Amino acid sequence: MATKLDKVDVVVVGVGWAGGIISAEMAKAGKNVVALERGEHRERSDYIGQKDELKYDSRYEIMQPLSSDTVTSRSELDETALPIRTREQMQLGFDVGGASVHWAGATYRYWPYDFEMRSKTIERYGEDKIPEDMNLQDWGITYEEMEPYYDKWEKMAGISGEQDPLAPKRKNEWPNPPLKETPALKLFKDATSNLGLHPFQIAAGNMSQNYTNPDGQTLNACMYCSFCTRHGCDFSAKSDPLATVVPTALEHDNFELRTRAYVRRVLYDGGNKQATGVMYVDEETGEEFEQPADVVVLSAFAFTNNRLLMLSGIGEQYDPETRKGIIGRNFNGQYNSAFHGARGYFKNKRFNLYMGAGALGAAVNDYAADNFDHSDLDFIGGGAIELRQYGDAAIKSNYIVPSDTPRWGKKFKENSLFYAYRGLHIWYTSTVMSYWHNYLDLDPNYTDEFGDPLLRATYKFGDNERNIGKFGVEKCREIMEEMGADIVEEDALPEEFDHVYAGGHYTGGVVMGDDPETSAVNNYLQMWDVDNLFVVGGSAFPQFGSHHPTPTIGALAYRAAEGIEKYMNEGGQLAKAKTKSHKA
Amino acid sequence: MVDKDQNKGHTEEPENASRRDFLKKSGYAAGGVAGGLVLGGLFGQFDTAEEGANSDQVEQLQNARTFFKRREDFETLAYASERIYPEDENGPGAIKLGVPYFIDKQLAGYYGYNAKTYMKGPFQPQKSGEYGLQTKLNRGEVFLHGLRKMQEVSQKDFGSKFAELEGEQQDEILRKFEANEIKLKGVQSSIFFELLRQTTIEGVYSDPVYGGNKDMQGWKMIEYPGPRMGWANEIDAEEFLSKEPMSLKEYQGGNL
Ligand SMILES: Cc1cc2nc3c(=O)[nH]c(=O)nc-3n(C[C@H](O)[C@H](O)[C@H](O)COP(=O)(O)OP(=O)(O)OC[C@H]3O[C@@H](n4cnc5c(N)ncnc54)[C@H](O)[C@@H]3O)c2cc1C
Ligand code: SF4
Repeated sequence: MATKLDKVDVVVVGVGWAGGIISAEMAKAGKNVVALERGEHRERSDYIGQKDELKYDSRYEIMQPLSSDTVTSRSELDETALPIRTREQMQLGFDVGGASVHWAGATYRYWPYDFEMRSKTIERYGEDKIPEDMNLQDWGITYEEMEPYYDKWEKMAGISGEQDPLAPKRKNEWPNPPLKETPALKLFKDATSNLGLHPFQIAAGNMSQNYTNPDGQTLNACMYCSFCTRHGCDFSAKSDPLATVVPTALEHDNFELRTRAYVRRVLYDGGNKQATGVMYVDEETGEEFEQPADVVVLSAFAFTNNRLLMLSGIGEQYDPETRKGIIGRNFNGQYNSAFHGARGYFKNKRFNLYMGAGALGAAVNDYAADNFDHSDLDFIGGGAIELRQYGDAAIKSNYIVPSDTPRWGKKFKENSLFYAYRGLHIWYTSTVMSYWHNYLDLDPNYTDEFGDPLLRATYKFGDNERNIGKFGVEKCREIMEEMGADIVEEDALPEEFDHVYAGGHYTGGVVMGDDPETSAVNNYLQMWDVDNLFVVGGSAFPQFGSHHPTPTIGALAYRAAEGIEKYMNEGGQLAKAKTKSHKA
Repeated sequence: MVDKDQNKGHTEEPENASRRDFLKKSGYAAGGVAGGLVLGGLFGQFDTAEEGANSDQVEQLQNARTFFKRREDFETLAYASERIYPEDENGPGAIKLGVPYFIDKQLAGYYGYNAKTYMKGPFQPQKSGEYGLQTKLNRGEVFLHGLRKMQEVSQKDFGSKFAELEGEQQDEILRKFEANEIKLKGVQSSIFFELLRQTTIEGVYSDPVYGGNKDMQGWKMIEYPGPRMGWANEIDAEEFLSKEPMSLKEYQGGNL
């Protein structure tokens, strides 16, 4: 039997950006908060002296071990899904800070178009532009409404950037100036300028200078140490929860962080439509606990957010056969349809590519969102074209070779030694749409260490993913040619989803909107059905916007925190449901 | 330690002359690991003949098989990894870089025993590749199955041990595994090959603490400098900067 604990005001499940922000805001507001995190407590000293490519980049040491649970995957409705067993193929955040510690830091706001993709597409191109099988939806919030939350997140995180010439004019400057420019970035900027495009330095969650955020947390200038993405920062120079919102929350006695606490259920009173708390297991003793709370916040990343609702029987499970139900619907994310482009190899030039930082890079947004005319194109949406300089170590550098290189043996060795630091890759961070046939539910065959079903993902590309991919590759080739590479190669586009969950951009399933028939949460991320349950994170994305997701997750978390306070003061639903204005 | 002065660029032979001569004479450097050399002798020579009782000895004491029980399995592994990353005029190959010991150590730890891998059934090993690793076998077992099958194919096709074949013959066998033309129990031969290839490359280029990349020679060949506090002062440099590598041990501040 579970031990019942004393009731608190707010219980938060999972402590990455989303859970960290809610924790900090609720703690500052004087609420009694307990945050439950399945992994261990982490601090900066865990990352000192850890610049080790094998451990972190090849073995994914910072990611969730999959020995207990993973996600199962399939493409077709009549297939048996298989569990994704290794961390090469399933990368999930773990420990305090979650994936928000090992993210790279590339920071973009979504565009006004991204939030109103359905309305604005119809407005400009007519309803016929939207394919039958696509569940294209507005977010129930506009860019204008999101702007103050973006601003708040960027200041808390200390983002280093410059105004993107095509983006809406910023009300406030980025809190820090952009990172340094390297020869590779300059080459990209010059080439794209020559082509009439509008390059800028990517905004970065790596500090360009020492910075103190509005909560009083201090971050240090980035060292360009190269062990950044997939690693924790040992200099507190990366915008991450461990350097910001977690210490802010911990400054308050009314906040408690419990680690190795694996949440298995939301306790739900179906009669009153109220969440009454959560049930979790202490992973160090195996003991079960019930933590009652007035407000329950799920911020355990898209997959767990979906799974916990399903395991707890909250909301109606989406069924693709009938196309009814909400939870698990509009599962999306950037998998292997995105991040293709062109590679260039420079025979007479070597770049210092072993140096870098997670978000060091340059981009153009001429082909993002609806910044270009789609009238004659066979897709909607867009993305940035980026050149990134992460800082590659030796194993990674060794694989950067022209495609006619054999995969092993003498010639492989020769080419990999010659081409190291001579290869640049630019890619398109393209939109991903949602379709009626892509969804999440509970797997009928595979279970976790407690015998609970794993989450099952059913996912395949739509035509939009294939067509936008082709477009992106062509544009990237033009740029790479202008950059003057001796060998220019287009990336091969995949036929189908490859069941690799790398890069952490997995979203949807508990989506936001203004219509309870097509969304699970309102624009405060409060569940339509359950007033005191907030589901925060990328799970709220109805489809994937033009860019990396995290700033939007952070901004939505600030929005949700405001909503939780409002709910605690006033009660009830915070947003009005609108009757549906479009087909379900 | 060896080669402080011997590694000026990746085109330079990072071995001293007498050892190079030894290799040539023994048929090692030419045409792969050809003809008749037994591994014990080979490793024995490499480990002791020339370096003698210097600081390297500590490292040597750390190089013994702990995962592979049968010497023959280890021998097959060593010669196979050498074909994947061979010695050439740029520098040493997998064997001299310690790659077989690197793989042995990896397989003896959590990675080899799949401790952080989801291992519940039912299993559909034939779906490996399409869905990543789907075997009931852990990585260590995959290696044992694969290496023993390589031996078997070698005897059947060429009438002798894998280790004693000509380089080209060894490649022929490896290519069959790569193309999944060989049947193994519980795992596709191409999955085994990919693991072999991946871990070989990792052994060449990961920090020496894991048992490969001997004396950072892998890094020297590819001009990778290893971990540093950071590159804030050099990040915008116009020219390529070739630096002497630093190991994780040195980066962490040496001994306690
Ligand atoms: C290699 C990599 C690079 C990336 N780079 C970028 C980038 O440059 N730009 C960008 O925008 N995005 C990037 N991302 C994506 C980014 O990491 C995520 O969008 C972001 O971290 C999500 O934050 P979150 O708070 O929703 O989830 P997380 O930070 O993952 O936090 C979720 C937490 O919940 C915990 N949890 C899960 N289940 C339970 C449970 N049952 N009980 C208790 N706790 C639980 C987890 O352990 C975890 O700590 C990257 C991702 C990866 C993998
Ligand atoms: S590159 Fe900068 S932000 Fe990234 S880990 Fe290194 S010091 Fe930290």
